[in-house]
Amino acid sequence: MNKQSNVYTVVYASVMVIVVAAVLAFTAMSLKGKQQENIQVDKMKQILSSIGVEATAANAQAEYAKYITSTMVINADGVAVEGDAFNVNVAAEVKQPASERKLPVFVATLADNTTKYIIPMYGAGLWGPIWGYISLDDNGSTIYGAYFAHQGETPGLGAEIDKPAFSGQFVGKNFFKDGIFKTVTVEKAGQKPLNGADYVDAITGGTITSQGVSAMIGNSFAPYETFFKSLTNNQGE
Amino acid sequence: MLSKKTKETLLGPLSKNNPVIIQVLGICSALAVTAKLEPAFVMAISVTAVLAFANVIISLLRNTIPNSIRIIVQLVVVAALVIVVDQVLKAFVYDVSKQLSVFIGLIITNCILMGRLEAFAMGNGPWQSFLDGVGNGLGYGIVLIIIAFFRELLGSGTLFGYQVIPDVVYEWGYQNNGLMILPPMALIVAGCIIWAHRAYNKDLQEK
Repeated sequence: MNKQSNVYTVVYASVMVIVVAAVLAFTAMSLKGKQQENIQVDKMKQILSSIGVEATAANAQAEYAKYITSTMVINADGVAVEGDAFNVNVAAEVKQPASERKLPVFVATLADNTTKYIIPMYGAGLWGPIWGYISLDDNGSTIYGAYFAHQGETPGLGAEIDKPAFSGQFVGKNFFKDGIFKTVTVEKAGQKPLNGADYVDAITGGTITSQGVSAMIGNSFAPYETFFKSLTNNQGE
Repeated sequence: MLSKKTKETLLGPLSKNNPVIIQVLGICSALAVTAKLEPAFVMAISVTAVLAFANVIISLLRNTIPNSIRIIVQLVVVAALVIVVDQVLKAFVYDVSKQLSVFIGLIITNCILMGRLEAFAMGNGPWQSFLDGVGNGLGYGIVLIIIAFFRELLGSGTLFGYQVIPDVVYEWGYQNNGLMILPPMALIVAGCIIWAHRAYNKDLQEK
């Protein structure tokens, strides 16, 4: 058989493509159920991580049930609407105008009986999506903990956002300054936001990712303003 | 135990025939993942595994591949292999897969893979190709780890994320060198390694 003939080449390419496609499709389909389960468990781990609870894949479901005492979906007016907070697709919601978004809130009760509100975030980094969770004290302003993750930021640079060294900086920052809502931003070392908002240091060499985090917090948190304000008022601050 | 040729196939790429500092392949990923030791280490292992198996598969197919589409065949084999590995990791060791996610794309585009498939696996048997893959993967890994060692130590004062430069040194006025974190320093460190390597192996010096 002539291995350099056009017929052989075309047949070879076709067979190769079909075989490879079949192998990939088979792999993806047979593993899908297990992967979905892992993604759910991982989401629980991420939510717990924002309140400082480090769960493992084995105990994530139990820990989630223990700490997350209720969840709700609200709209930009701070009014509860129908929906399951855990399954709200945050990636799709952040693209909507603020007034039309479904806003998930996870309410956690910690071991010392304090209540924390966990808000999901979603945005864009340099190479792909970034996301995270920020937990607030029950005054609706002070950050209790933060968790960031990314799909494919540059290792050692932008990818550092998922390290505690970066997310730990957010602890204690406030969203309300003298009763006015100002989102926490990420700034290059030595710079400050002009409106007097709280800020954290960006990552050296990860400028675009850091700006992405800053934009993500701004965009994801803005619609919650009314809801936070109602919490602030409850505290009489 | 190993014949002379086999030994050369496995160990040659570690020094005298190193893919990065002699053949100058895989430089792009050497810049991308060497700001810290940990990703460099993970990348080294991933490339070694993928390269070894891709080499074996191409070597088994080598007598059937039509010459005019051989590069495409190689690319498909590598891409398919990497995706299957990624899917399996996602299902069974999700945490490892999250760590590796970013490297998947970098592995497929690594020139060492195409270079070794084209130059070695297309003309040698599976066992030799497997050793060649392991050898080149390790040769690439060694250079990556040396570069990452200097960049993380001087740029962040840490190794594998653990602080090694004591606080007291910072109090004396020592500063981490932010430039080490940026990609150009990877090239300069690689240049220094090539310099040291050729100064030691004089037969490699060009006239």
